[in-house]
Amino acid sequence: MARAIAFLTRTRGVGKLDWTDWLSYGYLFLGVLLMFLPVIWLGLSSFKTEEELSRFPPRILPMAQETIAVDGYDDPLPLYRITGGEYAGETLAQIRRVGLVAQMVRPDAPKERLKVDINDRQAIERFSLAWDNYGELFDRFNFLRFFSNSVFITVISTAIMLLVNSMAAFALSKYQFRGRMVVLALVIGTLMVPQTVVLVPLFLITKELAMSDSLWGVIIPGAATPTGVFLLRQYMLTIPDEILDAARMDKASEWKIYWRIIVPLSAPAIAVLAILAIMWRWNDFLWPLIVLSSSDNFTLQLALNAFQGELKTEWSNLLAMTILVLLPIALVFVFLQKYIATGIASTGGK
Amino acid sequence: MLNVVGALMRPIEIPMRFLQLKLGLKNPAWLFLAPNLLLFGIFAFLPVILNLVYSMTGSDAILLRDRPFVGTSNFDELLSCANYLDPVSCKDDLFWRAVHNTVLFVVLQVGLMVAFSLITALILNRDIRARGFFRSVFFFPVLLSPVVVALIWKWVLQREGVLNAWLEGMGFSSFNWLLDASWAFGWSVFLSIWAHMGFYTLILLAGLQAIPRDVYEAAKMDRATPWRTFRKITLPLLMPTMLVVLVLALIKGVQTFDEVYAFTNGGPGSATTLIIQYIYETGFAGAPRLFGPAAAASIMLAGILVALTFVQLWVNRKNVDG
Repeated sequence: MARAIAFLTRTRGVGKLDWTDWLSYGYLFLGVLLMFLPVIWLGLSSFKTEEELSRFPPRILPMAQETIAVDGYDDPLPLYRITGGEYAGETLAQIRRVGLVAQMVRPDAPKERLKVDINDRQAIERFSLAWDNYGELFDRFNFLRFFSNSVFITVISTAIMLLVNSMAAFALSKYQFRGRMVVLALVIGTLMVPQTVVLVPLFLITKELAMSDSLWGVIIPGAATPTGVFLLRQYMLTIPDEILDAARMDKASEWKIYWRIIVPLSAPAIAVLAILAIMWRWNDFLWPLIVLSSSDNFTLQLALNAFQGELKTEWSNLLAMTILVLLPIALVFVFLQKYIATGIASTGGK
Repeated sequence: MLNVVGALMRPIEIPMRFLQLKLGLKNPAWLFLAPNLLLFGIFAFLPVILNLVYSMTGSDAILLRDRPFVGTSNFDELLSCANYLDPVSCKDDLFWRAVHNTVLFVVLQVGLMVAFSLITALILNRDIRARGFFRSVFFFPVLLSPVVVALIWKWVLQREGVLNAWLEGMGFSSFNWLLDASWAFGWSVFLSIWAHMGFYTLILLAGLQAIPRDVYEAAKMDRATPWRTFRKITLPLLMPTMLVVLVLALIKGVQTFDEVYAFTNGGPGSATTLIIQYIYETGFAGAPRLFGPAAAASIMLAGILVALTFVQLWVNRKNVDG
């Protein structure tokens, strides 16, 4: 605790927090609340039963009523502590409730029915995680199918993009040839026209190439990103040409130079691009929404969006699915946070 | 893992070697460029040209040979409007509603987001403990997918949601946030800022850290007040980065679709329908699929985006020179 206070009150050498420090920390903690609380709230809620979810006002922790199996009843009965009236102090199980009166039994003497005023009883609850919310995703909603679609698209299009973009970047950074500036200008040109404005013809081309409603229709058009060429070219320009010349003296083929020298030396830039590409593809929404029409081909993002329309009342499964979509990115973030930040700062996003 | 990749490379390596060594290809630049240019050509350049063709042809057929030439009539339909400030008076009222929404959305979102990003970056640039942690916190939502962002806030804002519970706890009455047009719009702006401000904070923070320390030390020697230091040193030196951030945010803001669509579906009514959603719904979601107007609308959008990109390149150029 003392360490925590020391940590929080440490300041710029002088030992006393001035008012601007207080303001700064106040702002930052407010920021933490605003950025994290909704996500944490969603996480906690995803472990609540449907009954608990519809409770208003909501409680913070997922709680469930304790139940007990009683002889003569098929389903487990909910347990109540009786707070007043004839049976005060006892723990009873409820059979049913009619109006203001509940019919209850003693768990160890199920024959005798007792009548209790509902104001005199209090539900016995304990902390409980409704794992069923998650389990049902696999049993009822084909979650694995959407997950594997998303993984397939992400992995394959990232791989294609890295290969194709690094080859182009190699050509544009290490060769002198006629038309180099034209190609470079065309690449800049593609930077300018985002996918969102060529949706109609892009859809037609994809359809004509027989890739509509197939995962390849998402993968192939998405692989042509000018950002990647740029990022890699900038990095490869810093690799000295002498290394290449030395390899050429040793009769290495140009492909070998690319594959054995340029690619390994560009590994940091390629890694950054790979992380970005994985993020873009995993979170992609509009293009898959247009290309993929049958729900068997849906990615997680599409399935999640479709579910929120269909499953209006089943927040329990919806929240669980949201958490599962969020989790991989959150994990990537935790481990690669530093690289993601530098990558995004150096590429200007997409 | 590397062995697998190496094995996959073999089928490419052998023909490339053959071309180079047997046919004496000295400069295989075009071979390396080919796959990328092929993808660019088919999925980036060709669509731009086809988009023009689509915008000038009619009917709901997708194949170009089934589409009669209609000249500028798609544009005329979209642009025919008695009073541009009043969407209801326009022939395509939904398009103009979307234009109005987008303009208001972008102005609010970019203005507020850049302001908050700047404040956050300035604070994170101070001698703050656990700076890395705070930076990550603000950056974290950038990684979330738009649908997840939309669902998180839908869950918080719903009728029986935690915000309403809190309001009732404070003695106010609860409210159907997403059924009220202005509130739904306001929350859309908010969630878009929430999701993206970390990204701009990061760029501004990099800009702040690039300002040389000794300039501040000189100011300290001159006993400049913090406010004066901020106005006379930080702000002018940060201006180039600010401009980049502003233009980037504008370019992205105009293209907003995913999170708002998943959040409100464009509603209530058409209160949160933005231009991209108009294009999507006109061209793809409903029947008949009106590719013509969708293409025409996207060409107008492209005009704005290209103009903004030129501004950005110009700003960047000035940055590099300055």
